Amino acid sequence: MGILADISGNVLSGDDRNVAELTHKAIEQGLLPKRILDAGLIAGMDVVGKRFKAHDIFLPEVLMAAKAMYAGMNELRPLLQKEGIPSAGKVVLGTIQGDLHDIGKNLVGIMLKGAGLEVIDLGNDVPPERFVETAKDRHASVIGMSALLTTTMPAMADVVDCVKSQGLGHKIKTIVGGAPVSDEFAHRIGADAYGFDAASAVERVKNLVGRNEDETVA
Amino acid sequence: MTELLTFSIDEVVPDRVAVLQNQGIPAKRRLSPAIETLYARAIQLLTEVAAPVGVLSEISISEFEVVYRGEGQNEPTTPVGDILGRAENLAVFAVTLGERVSRRINECFQSDDPALAAMLDCAASAAADKLAESAQGRFESVLTRAGRATPGTAVLRYSPGYCGWHISGQKTLFEFLRPQQIGICLTKSFLMQPLKSVSGVLIAGPKEIHSFQMSYPFCIKCETRGCRERIRALLAD
Repeated sequence: MGILADISGNVLSGDDRNVAELTHKAIEQGLLPKRILDAGLIAGMDVVGKRFKAHDIFLPEVLMAAKAMYAGMNELRPLLQKEGIPSAGKVVLGTIQGDLHDIGKNLVGIMLKGAGLEVIDLGNDVPPERFVETAKDRHASVIGMSALLTTTMPAMADVVDCVKSQGLGHKIKTIVGGAPVSDEFAHRIGADAYGFDAASAVERVKNLVGRNEDETVA
Repeated sequence: MTELLTFSIDEVVPDRVAVLQNQGIPAKRRLSPAIETLYARAIQLLTEVAAPVGVLSEISISEFEVVYRGEGQNEPTTPVGDILGRAENLAVFAVTLGERVSRRINECFQSDDPALAAMLDCAASAAADKLAESAQGRFESVLTRAGRATPGTAVLRYSPGYCGWHISGQKTLFEFLRPQQIGICLTKSFLMQPLKSVSGVLIAGPKEIHSFQMSYPFCIKCETRGCRERIRALLAD
C-alpha cells in the first residue's frame, strides 16, 4: 500500500515529522496498527539495517532513521497497548558493573527498538544480579551486556553463571559486546552470542529471541 | 616541574576527518545536508560545554619505572618497556574536556536525539585526543626552551590500557600526578571520570626510538592500530 511505502521511505530518510504525520494518517484510514508497525516502520528500519551493513549509509543516518521510527511509534503505541499486541521480544540491556561507558549500549538499544523489540535499559555500572532479576521480573528473553574496560569483563561471566545456576538458560539468552570483548571471550564464559558491533548485535538478538520462542513452543 | 595546562577552544575543536572516522564515515564521503547540519551542531555544542584543562609533570626514568610497573599486570614485553632505556626526558600528563561534555551527551540521548548524541560523543573523543596532542606539544616546547631538545628529538605519548600497559597502571600514574587537582578521578575499575579524559606518559628522545613493529603478542588483538599512523607521521616529519 502506498502510505506504508511512504512511511518506510520517510523512516529511511530520517524525516520524523513526516513519519508521525503519515502514521497518523494511516491510522485514520483504518489500517491496523500492527500492519502499520510491521509494513511501515519496521520495514523501513529493515532497509536501514541492510544499507548500514552494506556500508551504503552510516551511523548518523541510522540514528536519524531510528528517531523517525520512534515518532511513528509514539502515534501507534496507545493503539498497540490497547489491543495488547506484544513486542517482538524483550531485552534487558546494560553496561556491566564498574563501567560507565554507555554510548555503544545506547546505540544497540536504539537499533533494537527500531527492530520492534522492547528494551529495558538498566544504564551503566549494573551489578550482575540486577541483570538477571530484571530479566526474570520483566519476562525478558535476552540479556545484553556491554563493557569497554578489560577489568570489568569478568562480571559478564557472573551474569552468565547466574542465569545458568538458576536453571534459566533455556528461557534467558545472553549476548556480550564492547571493544575489548571478543567471540572467543563470549564462548569462554558461556554466553550465547557476541555482538561485534551494533548492527551485528541486533541480528544476533533477533536470532536469540527466535530461538527462545522455538524452545518455548517445543 | 609540574605545570597546569590551560587550552583555548581552538585547541579543542577536533579535526573533521577524525570526527567522521569515529562515526565510521570514510574521509572522502560526501555528506548529506542533514549530516552536515548534525556535524555543525555537535561542534557548536562541544565548544559551548567543553572546559579543557590539563596537568603535566616531569618524571625521571627510575620514578616512571615504578609508575609503569604499577600492579604488575603489564605484558612481559611492551613498546614502552623497550623504549624506556633510550628515552631522554619523560613527563606524565592528564587532560580532560570536563564533566559538562559527558552530561550534555547524556542529555541528548535522554531527549531522543541519538544522532546528535553520537556525533557529539565522537567529536568529544576526537577533541580529547587533540588535547593530548596539545599536551605533547607543550612538553616539546618546555624541552626546547630549556635546550633539552634537538632537531631530531620527538615526543610521543603512550597511555595505560594500550600496547601492553595494563589499565591498572592508571593507579600509580594517578598517585604520582594527582590529576584530581584538575577534576579527574579514577574509579575502582581504573576508569577516568570525566570520561573524555586522556592520561599517559610523554616520552622524548630521538625519533627512531618510537618506531616499533606490530610484532608483540597483543598486537594481534588490536583493532585500532593507531600506532602505525603515529609512527608514520613522526618519521615523515
